[in-house]
Amino acid sequence: MEKRVVFKSAWLPYVLLLPQITITVLFFFWPAAQAVYYSFQVQDAFGLTSKFVWFENYIYLFKDSHYLSSFRVTAFFSVMVATSGIVISLVLATMADSVVRGALAYKTFLIWPYAVAPAIAGVLWAFIFAPSIGIVTYFLKKLGVDWNWIINSEQAMLLVVVASVWKQISYNFLFFLAGLQSIPKSLLEAAAIDGAGPFRRFWTIVFPLLSPTTFFLLVMNIIYSFFDTFGVIDATTEGGPGDATKILVYKVYYDGVKAADLGGSSAQSVILMAIVVTLTVIQFRYIERRVQY
Amino acid sequence: MVENRPVRDVLAHAVLITGVLLVAFPLWVTFVASTLTFEQIVTVPMPLWPGDHFLANYTQVLTAGSEKGSSAPVSTMLVNSLIMALSIATGKIAISILSAFAIVYFRFPGRSFFFWSVFVTLMLPVEVRIIPTFKVASDLGILNTHVGLALPLIASATATFLFRQFFMTIPDELAEAARIDGAGPVRFFIDVVLPLSKTHMAALFVILFIYGWNQYLWPLLITTSESMYTVVIGIKRMIAGGDASNEWHLIMATAMMALMPPALVVVLMQKWFVKGLVETEK
Repeated sequence: MEKRVVFKSAWLPYVLLLPQITITVLFFFWPAAQAVYYSFQVQDAFGLTSKFVWFENYIYLFKDSHYLSSFRVTAFFSVMVATSGIVISLVLATMADSVVRGALAYKTFLIWPYAVAPAIAGVLWAFIFAPSIGIVTYFLKKLGVDWNWIINSEQAMLLVVVASVWKQISYNFLFFLAGLQSIPKSLLEAAAIDGAGPFRRFWTIVFPLLSPTTFFLLVMNIIYSFFDTFGVIDATTEGGPGDATKILVYKVYYDGVKAADLGGSSAQSVILMAIVVTLTVIQFRYIERRVQY
Repeated sequence: MVENRPVRDVLAHAVLITGVLLVAFPLWVTFVASTLTFEQIVTVPMPLWPGDHFLANYTQVLTAGSEKGSSAPVSTMLVNSLIMALSIATGKIAISILSAFAIVYFRFPGRSFFFWSVFVTLMLPVEVRIIPTFKVASDLGILNTHVGLALPLIASATATFLFRQFFMTIPDELAEAARIDGAGPVRFFIDVVLPLSKTHMAALFVILFIYGWNQYLWPLLITTSESMYTVVIGIKRMIAGGDASNEWHLIMATAMMALMPPALVVVLMQKWFVKGLVETEK
């Protein structure tokens, strides 16, 4: 798309772009280039001298069982967050779309967690699940569950998944609701007249028509669980116990900031960048297809 | 409604009410805990009905902070969060609307290069360039400043795209008429484009305010002095150690104050929020 009518000026467009480009170069391109540069180097323990080592940091990473375990943890975590978030939201959105009375009230009460920072979401859930004083822990113990996410890996994972999904439900819900409302009612009525029950109608009409929304949400939820959940993890488990909840982003932060391993952390950053690029390309290809639709 | 089935209607309401209650449960517990004393909270099980320490707890954190963890008053943190959220939201809108205007209404060498450079920033979240970005901020001497909190985050590909897409829908006749009347690009931008963009700016503002308020990793890296903490960071700093030794009554009061401003923005400006959310993502 191009405008037919444009203005002429040799300098004005550059002036208008200057602030955006300055910030982009200063805080995005330059640091990203630095990350690539550092990833080929090894620093001594005091950070005084550094040596160019080609791909040694990368080779080391892929031999490192901690790094490989972080990949597995991230994969499991993002699949759990994306699928459970999408399923719960789809159920809620379908119900909200079908009720006549109170739809707006339900919507209002379901969208506010979007506004809660991931770190705060983590703190709220860590509090109600706190091993010694948590209110939910109290009921779990009555049921005979030995709940302590500080020492139990599976429970720690469950905690961060629940907190992350809780925050993301609103987002998924709104997109599903918008998708459901754009399905023509005449289609559903025609199917009902032909004798299709509600479940049949959902699986043969509603679900296929929602598939672009579902796919979009799948990509967005994976991006969310890769990056935005940093706050959830840092405010609750800090990657522990052991490495049980140390997702890739948390490991980059931990190795770079806490363990001061510049080369290794930068190599991990570069690998993460490659993952983001892939996800963004998938997301945009999908949007392009939808536009042609 | 395709058919009238009262049973299914009841089921739908039941599912929705369960959903609403489950979603609200952590908020309720947080609110209740923020009105209790420390002793009441650590008595298992804690009460699920508000106590009478609402004023005491909130006054304590607002004026003096927590006792064991960070001792910065939460009122300072709230001001920092507000400054950060407002500067990120206005900054992003301002620089994006200018660049979108340049890209849509001018032909100049390097135009598509600049457009794609902005696009690429989508693929470089703070999380993947933590240390080098920190170094840049430190070289510029903006660690522990409000500028440092906001400036590195105000480049925005999504806002630029949104404005670009919207400008493409502004009829060419408007630009033509403006030109015939002798208005230059700056006049046209101020008198025509800006007023037309108002609704988009409002919708974006809501989304970006929440984005700014909830920032975590960046402020965590660059704020080391307590007077610069944002409220989200402040909470993390109050969680000093184990489970029962945290001052949960104060942490929960702070949590309430950290989540209420953006939550109120979402609820009160629901229309703008939904518009902004759906448009920035597509």
